[in-house]
Amino acid sequence: MTSPNQHQQSAAKPEPTRALADRLCDWVVTVDHKKLGIMYVAAGIIFFVVAGLEGAAMRAQLAKPGNDLIDPATFNQLFTMHGTTMVFLVGMPILLGMGNYLIPLMVGARDMAFPRLNAFGFWLFIFGAVLLYFSYIGATGLYGTAAAPDVGWFAYAPLTSRTFSRGNATEYWVLGIMVSGFGSITTAINLITTSLCMRCPGMTLMRMPLMVWMMLVVGVLVITALPVLTASQVMLLFDRQLGAHFFDTEAAGSAVLWQHLFWFFGHPEVYILVLPAFGFVSEIIPVFSRKVIFGYPLMVAATVAIGFISLGVWAHHMFAVGLGPELNAFFAASTFLISVPTGIKVFNWMGTMVGGRIRFDSPMLFCTGFVAMFVLGGLTGVMLAVVPFDWQLSDSYFVVAHFHYVLFGGVLLAIFGGIHFWFPKAFGKMLNERLGKATFWFLFIGFNLTFGPMHVMGILGMPRRVYTFPPDRGLDLWNLISSLGVLVQCAGVLCFVWNVILSLRKGKPAGDDPWDAWTLEWATTSPPPEWNFDRIPVATSRRPLWDQKHPEDPDWKYE
Amino acid sequence: MLLVTESFFFASFVMAYIYYIGRSASGPQPKDVLELGPVVGNTIALLASSITIIPAVRAVARGSRGAVLAWLGATIALGAYFVVGTGLEWQKLMEEHGLFLGTNLFGTTFYSLIGFHCFHVIVGLILLSGIWLFSGCGLLKPRDGERVELVSWYWHFVDGVWIVVFTTVYLVGR
Repeated sequence: MTSPNQHQQSAAKPEPTRALADRLCDWVVTVDHKKLGIMYVAAGIIFFVVAGLEGAAMRAQLAKPGNDLIDPATFNQLFTMHGTTMVFLVGMPILLGMGNYLIPLMVGARDMAFPRLNAFGFWLFIFGAVLLYFSYIGATGLYGTAAAPDVGWFAYAPLTSRTFSRGNATEYWVLGIMVSGFGSITTAINLITTSLCMRCPGMTLMRMPLMVWMMLVVGVLVITALPVLTASQVMLLFDRQLGAHFFDTEAAGSAVLWQHLFWFFGHPEVYILVLPAFGFVSEIIPVFSRKVIFGYPLMVAATVAIGFISLGVWAHHMFAVGLGPELNAFFAASTFLISVPTGIKVFNWMGTMVGGRIRFDSPMLFCTGFVAMFVLGGLTGVMLAVVPFDWQLSDSYFVVAHFHYVLFGGVLLAIFGGIHFWFPKAFGKMLNERLGKATFWFLFIGFNLTFGPMHVMGILGMPRRVYTFPPDRGLDLWNLISSLGVLVQCAGVLCFVWNVILSLRKGKPAGDDPWDAWTLEWATTSPPPEWNFDRIPVATSRRPLWDQKHPEDPDWKYE
Repeated sequence: MLLVTESFFFASFVMAYIYYIGRSASGPQPKDVLELGPVVGNTIALLASSITIIPAVRAVARGSRGAVLAWLGATIALGAYFVVGTGLEWQKLMEEHGLFLGTNLFGTTFYSLIGFHCFHVIVGLILLSGIWLFSGCGLLKPRDGERVELVSWYWHFVDGVWIVVFTTVYLVGR
C-alpha cells in the first residue's frame, strides 16, 4: 500500500513515468479476468518463442549427419525443456488464458466466479515457469555445473532416479511443473464454476457457445488429470529426497507405475490442449461461413464423450512396455473409440462450411489449416493405435511427426486463428490482414516442411531423442528439409510479432463487432470496459447477437 | 471441486499402495507390525468427529455461541486425538520395528499414504481451530454459516478418505 509520502514523491515525478508505473501496478494487482487473460497469452507467446528457439537449435544440430554443433548433454536438456515448455508453459496458459478472457464475456457475466483465485492461479503459473527456467542458472546437473532438466518431458523412471540423474535439475522440473499445475487447477475450478453458475438470464446450458462447453469439459479434465501428475511427482520427490522406493526397481518398486500415473495425466492433457482449440474453431468457422454451426447438440455430446473416453486411453502410450494382449487390446479399442467423436466434429465443421458464403480472412485461413492438419495428425494417431504398428514405430520420428501434427498443426494453428479473431475485441484495433495471411502461409508451409519429412524418417528407422545420426542411411535429405522448414516457420513467427506490434501502435480501429459475429462478447465495446457489460445481456437463443441484429428473423423461432 | 481433485490425488496413492502390497523385498511386513487395536480407537474418534461437526454447523447458523464452542471443541479434540494416536503409532513403528520411509516398499507407501491423510487432518484442525477462536471472540456471525459448512464438507471428505485408507491398509493389506 502506498503511503501519503510516496504519493507526494511520485506526484513530483514527470507525468509519463508516473503513468507507466501506475499502469504496471494496475496489471500486477489486477483481478480483472480480461487483464489476466491477456497476461496469460502474452506469457505464453514469450515462452512459445523460447521453446521455439530450443526446437530450432535441435533442428540446427540435426541438419546434417554427424554434426557436432550441440553436445549430447545439452541436446537432452533442449528436448526436455522444449517439450515441457510447449505443453505446460505455452499450450496451457494460452488456452486457459483465452478461456479466462472469453468465458465471462461469452456467458454474459461481469467477471469470473472467483476473481482473486484467478489472479492467484496466474501468479502461481508465472512462479512455476520462472522456477523451471531458473534451473538453467541455479540447478546442478550431471557435471555439477548449472544445467536444465534432461529427463524428457515425461521423465520416465528409472532415468529420474538419483543414480541416473545427478544433481537437482530434476527437482526443478518436478517443482516448476507442480506449482504451475496448482495454478491450472485453480483456473479450472474457476472456469467450471463460471460457466455453470454465472450465465446470464436465458443462457441455458444448450445455448452456451460451443467454446464454453469445451472449456467446461477441459476444466473437468484438468481437475481429474492434473492431481494424478502431482501425486506421481510427489512420489518421485520422495524417492529422490527421502529415499523412498516408489519407482526403485531394486527394492521391488516399479518403473511402469510411473508410466501409468504419468500417462493417466498425459493423455487427458492432450485433450486439455486440443479441446479449447476445437472451441476456437467451432466459434470461428460459423462466423466466416455465415452459417450456424452444423449439429450443435452432437458437438456437445461429442465433447463430453471425448472427455470421458480420454480418461481411459492412457496405456496406448505404453504398448511397447509389454502389458499383455488383453490390456493392449482394451486400450487399442478405446483409442479407436475416441476417434469417433473427434471425427464427428471434423465432419460438423465441414458441414458448416458446405454451402456457406465463406470469407477467407486470416482467422478462417488458420481454422481451415487446422482442420486439414488435425485430420492428418488424427489419422497417424489411429495408425499408432494399431498395436503391432506401434511396436514397429514406437519412439521413432513417426511419433514425433504425429504429435506435432496434432499439437502444432492442430492446437497452435487454432490458437493463431483465435488470436487473429479476438485481437480486435481485446485491443480495439484490427490486425493487419496481409501480415496475418503471410503469417499463416509461412507457418503452414514451414510446418509441413519440418514435420512432414519426419514421418518418412520415422518409417526409415530414425529414433527420436538422438542428438545425431550416421550418414548414408537415407536420412540426410529428409533431415535437411526438416531443418530448413524451421527457417520458414521463423519467418511466420516474425510476421506475427511484427503484426501485433504494428497493429497495437497504428492498427485500424475495430469497432464493437468487426466480423459480424453472433456471440455475446461482440455485444460490448472493444476493448470491453472493466465491468464487461453496462447491462447484463439476455440470451434469447444460441446466437443472441443475431437476434438483436435481426429482430425480424430471430433464431429462437427455430430452436 | 477441490474435493474431486483431492480424491484423484489420494486415489493415486491408494493405487500405489495396493499395487505394492506384499511386494517388499525385505524388512518388516504389514502383518508383522501393524496393530489393529489403537487404530480402531483412532478411527472411532475421527468418525465421531464427523458427527459432532453437524450440530456445530447448525449452531453457527442459529448463532448460539455456547453450542458452537462446545460441539466444535469436541470435534477438534477428537481430531487431535486421531493425530496424536497416529503419531504414537508411527513412533512405535520407527523405534521398535525400525520401519522408515526408506526401509522398504511397505514403509514408502505406508508413510506417504497415511502421512498425506494426516496432513489433511491437521489442515482441517487448523481451519476448525480458527473458527473456534473466531467464535470465542464473538466474530462469527450466522451469515458465516455457509463458509463453516464448506469447512465441514472438507472435514467429512477427510473422514471418507480415512475409511478408504483404513480399509486398504489395515483390513485388506494386513
